[in-house]
Amino acid sequence: MFTQLLAQHFVHTALWAGAVVAVVSGVIGVFVVTRGMSFAVHAISELGFTGAAGALVVGLDPVIGVLGGSLLVGLVLGLLSLRGRERDSAIGAVLAFGLGIGVLFLSLYQGYATEATNLLFGSIVGVSDSQLLTLAIVAAIVLVGVAVLYRPLLFSSVDPEIAAARGVPLRALSVGIFLLLALTTAEAIQVVGVLLVLTLVITPAAAAQHLTRRPGFAVLLSVAIALVSTEGGILLSLLKPWPTSFFITTISFTAYLGARAYGLGLRPRLRPAGATGPGWRGAGA
Amino acid sequence: MSVVAVEDLALRFGTRTLFEGLSFELEPGELLAVLGPNGTGKTSLIRILLGLLSPSAGSVAIEGCPPRERCHRIGYVPQQRVFDRDLPLRGRDLVRLGLDGHRWGFGRLGSDDAVRVDAALAEVGATSYADAQVGLLSGGEQQRLRVAQAVVADPVLILADEPLLSLDLASQRDVVELLDGRRRAAGTPVVFVTHDVNPVLHTVDRVLYLAPDGWAVGTPDEVMTSETLSDLYGTEVDVLRVRGRVVVVGTPDDQHVHHVENGHAH
Repeated sequence: MFTQLLAQHFVHTALWAGAVVAVVSGVIGVFVVTRGMSFAVHAISELGFTGAAGALVVGLDPVIGVLGGSLLVGLVLGLLSLRGRERDSAIGAVLAFGLGIGVLFLSLYQGYATEATNLLFGSIVGVSDSQLLTLAIVAAIVLVGVAVLYRPLLFSSVDPEIAAARGVPLRALSVGIFLLLALTTAEAIQVVGVLLVLTLVITPAAAAQHLTRRPGFAVLLSVAIALVSTEGGILLSLLKPWPTSFFITTISFTAYLGARAYGLGLRPRLRPAGATGPGWRGAGA
Repeated sequence: MSVVAVEDLALRFGTRTLFEGLSFELEPGELLAVLGPNGTGKTSLIRILLGLLSPSAGSVAIEGCPPRERCHRIGYVPQQRVFDRDLPLRGRDLVRLGLDGHRWGFGRLGSDDAVRVDAALAEVGATSYADAQVGLLSGGEQQRLRVAQAVVADPVLILADEPLLSLDLASQRDVVELLDGRRRAAGTPVVFVTHDVNPVLHTVDRVLYLAPDGWAVGTPDEVMTSETLSDLYGTEVDVLRVRGRVVVVGTPDDQHVHHVENGHAH
């Protein structure tokens, strides 16, 4: 049964789609986590849902709607470039209103309810060849974008004040990262659905933070964890007919728990030998 | 030739004037302390020098070039800020950002760059914790890394905005000594914003005092007098010298309370 399924074309497409989405999610996630944008990810994906529901109402491909909704919210949040509490409350307000519109669109939509369910919880096995191509193109755009912005993005994420002093354009970068995040979110929605985007965009990057001290390695580890989660989740769902999203979230969460445990055990040893003077905080500090 | 030339500078927000007619020059290797109560434009002056804020009037030139054009590298040391404990960033990564963090792309760290990062780390005595995660370092160690980050690109000017805030006294002394050593060894002038002149009193060349009723620039002995500060505040202010420390009494924002407490604690 498993080997039969493994030979199916739609399974190959799903595995490729999962890989593409895992790579972009893992990469962008590192910056999202460093900049404390987890709530924004949630908002962008829910508004992606509103966009998709709107597209269904007017008879467009929901993927177009997802992209439109995510990009619009990403642009607005990026331009506002708010910080801290103000950002959280602004996102909350926008998110709630956007979902309200989504609910209206859904009630207006006369088609199959499964379309909506797929949006919410993902439908990786339903990815067509042409959708895979779109996923790959969008992923390429995101990866090129991150590669171009990498150093100033890292600089402004860890040290915005000094980055600004050095002439790094903070607001432009904020818009840039939000747009790249919106594209990534629109991708991830198609694999794990609106409600579970965080499992690919946040969890692997959050896990990676506990495994390394190097910014570059954090990106690689985050991608690796996202890849294992999606590919493992798809393969497991062939063995047991439970939702793919369940397996993906379980694997990525397990990785997160493992990384946290590893981080706790490892942290005291992250100090270089000989640097144990009074300047060093205790292990539990 | 002066490195920094500030001429007839004014800064106003709406109807409020922070300062006007401000003029001073900074020679190579000079250390200028910028003092004064909150809200008089100390940080705004730094932002103007960084090219992040346009003055309402007047001109600034850094080696003959307006700050906005970014012709020259400027090292910047802000006040200590806590890093997240789990931030994947080592001390040497933080310093490297001072070298190439503003450039596009990934960039490969050339061997020249690696040598410069190592040299900057050694200059501030941070070599032993260069590979530790910045979030696990003490405030004093983080500020040493900030100084390394500011000097790694060999700047023509160093701007430090309250770099001693929330540091213990030993770390305060370390940071002052590092900046002092840099300006003596490399001739890099330093503008040092601080609410308390005492940590830099022994080494500072000149003081720029920004006050609600005006400003004054000169040596500490010229500016930190009862007469000058009374003029600047428009009220009776006493400047006392106690055991080598300067204590200002009678300013509206009651800074002296803070100073006296420091004095007792020491």
